[in-house]
Amino acid sequence: MAYSEKLLDHFKNPRNVGTLDKNSTSVGTGLVGAPECGDVMRLQIEVDPITKKITEAKFKTFGCGSAIASSSLATEWLKGKTVDEALAIDNMAIVEELALPPVKIHCSVLAEDAIKGAIKDYQAKNGVQTAESIAASH
Amino acid sequence: MGQRLIYLDNNATTPTDPRVVEAMIPYFHEIPGNAASRNHPFGWAAEQAVDNARKQIADLVNVDEREIIFTSGATESDNLAIKGVFEMYQRKGDHIITVKTEHKAVLDACAKVEKMGGKVTYLDVQRNGLIRLEDLEAAITDKTVLVSIMWANNETGVIQPMKEIGDICAKHGVLFMSDATQAVGKIPVDPKAVGVHLMAFTSHKMYGPKGVGALFVNRKSPRVKVTSQMDGGGHERGMRSGTLNVPGIVGFGKAAELAKEEMQQDAERLSKLRDKLESALMGSLEEAYVNGTRESRMPHVTNISFKHVEGEGLMMTFNQNIAVSSGSACTSASLEPSYVLVALGLGDDLAHSSLRFSLGRFTTEEDIDETIAKVTEGVNHMRDISPIWEMYKEGIDIDAIEWSEH
Ligand SMILES: Cc1ncc(COP(=O)(O)O)c(C=O)c1O
Ligand code: FES
Repeated sequence: MAYSEKLLDHFKNPRNVGTLDKNSTSVGTGLVGAPECGDVMRLQIEVDPITKKITEAKFKTFGCGSAIASSSLATEWLKGKTVDEALAIDNMAIVEELALPPVKIHCSVLAEDAIKGAIKDYQAKNGVQTAESIAASH
Repeated sequence: MGQRLIYLDNNATTPTDPRVVEAMIPYFHEIPGNAASRNHPFGWAAEQAVDNARKQIADLVNVDEREIIFTSGATESDNLAIKGVFEMYQRKGDHIITVKTEHKAVLDACAKVEKMGGKVTYLDVQRNGLIRLEDLEAAITDKTVLVSIMWANNETGVIQPMKEIGDICAKHGVLFMSDATQAVGKIPVDPKAVGVHLMAFTSHKMYGPKGVGALFVNRKSPRVKVTSQMDGGGHERGMRSGTLNVPGIVGFGKAAELAKEEMQQDAERLSKLRDKLESALMGSLEEAYVNGTRESRMPHVTNISFKHVEGEGLMMTFNQNIAVSSGSACTSASLEPSYVLVALGLGDDLAHSSLRFSLGRFTTEEDIDETIAKVTEGVNHMRDISPIWEMYKEGIDIDAIEWSEH
């Protein structure tokens, strides 16, 4: 299977690898996947309490190349977005950007789930219960 | 790109040896005959070439040339042996014993036997990949007609105790079939010496061309027969119809001749290189585990799990120029990792994290040195970005986490 240049670039030079303090109230953590499925993705966001914009995003992923590239791309897209804008990120946009083949679509779904998970965690910590966060938990 | 390509996936297929290619060439155009054409020189020449190859192949495994049936490969040979024995010996019994770590060609042929009304026992293996002889003996009943156990495993290289298995089969009077695809041409294989009555193997795993294989069928004491699975002109003593692939068979024969001459020196050289690769990786990387026993193993294979690194992702760090294979699920459309490694009892963490390195006649020391460097770098890169490696390093019990399965 030949991968796109963009995917290979994100895989070889992943952006925003790292860890934020998961106990901070301004940080939301999404941990999705399972070791027995061969993929675990952890994505974290840090939100500015005043502007409500995402100022920092970090990830670590155990998984295939497409899962790693999807999460790297997701962190790039998240920075500078508001929480509501971030909730609108759709896995198909990742599929398109990285030209993921059909068998790799679930890797992008994992990235979308990780984004939603991080936002949900942030909102829970900050007492927000929006319609989106309720929907996202399903 | 522009980089040197390194091929360490010789268990998937071996490159055809140039000397084999050379031997085959005349049989496409200059000598075009059908080996079954008995009435003209074209046919005679083709038949002579096939007879010669049959002799070369029989010599390699120390059997009579009349005991070699040509097929299209080991998949067909496995199918012919298993379904063919089941059909031929139906009046004697309907039970077959095999092992969970067999190749799909054997497992799926056995599944077909079950559909046809037969019964199949799938033996477990131990953590080291070997069967327990007591399990085999306990599984044999008066309805058992066949035991099918591979000589060497394609994923781990583990070699089963063939002589001991053969003795048990002889004691109980059941036929013993072996898929020896990964062993023939690489280590000494002598079916008669260990009591194997049927043996499948293939040309393209021993530096011959693809699309040609053989089934050894014992002719005397016992005289074994199989019901043909491919009906037609009655070629190969009626056991396998179809015009013989003359150039392929000539190449297979040449490959067998070369293997007989060079097997020992190849094996000695490759086991040194394999050991170098294995000890370098195990020495420089923590939490690396060899899968399958190292005591009874093919000389050119090692299968290593690198904990908390996903195999397919790891391969992608170097697969622009190094070819290996992974037991990880993500290389296939399924979510299940290699059933062979699961049968060895590996946990999910290790089963998703394995790489198989299989060296071959054309592997050089330079290939191994570069592989050591690139794989070490790749494992370190993948661990730097692995959340579960981070948790492991922090002493968090990964099994205690409630994962959201999907
Ligand atoms: C153990 C074993 N059996 C059978 C086969 C199938 O061989 P062939 O490709 O000749 O059908 C292979 C190769 O993939 C193998 O490794
Ligand atoms: S994480 Fe399984 S294929 Fe990508």
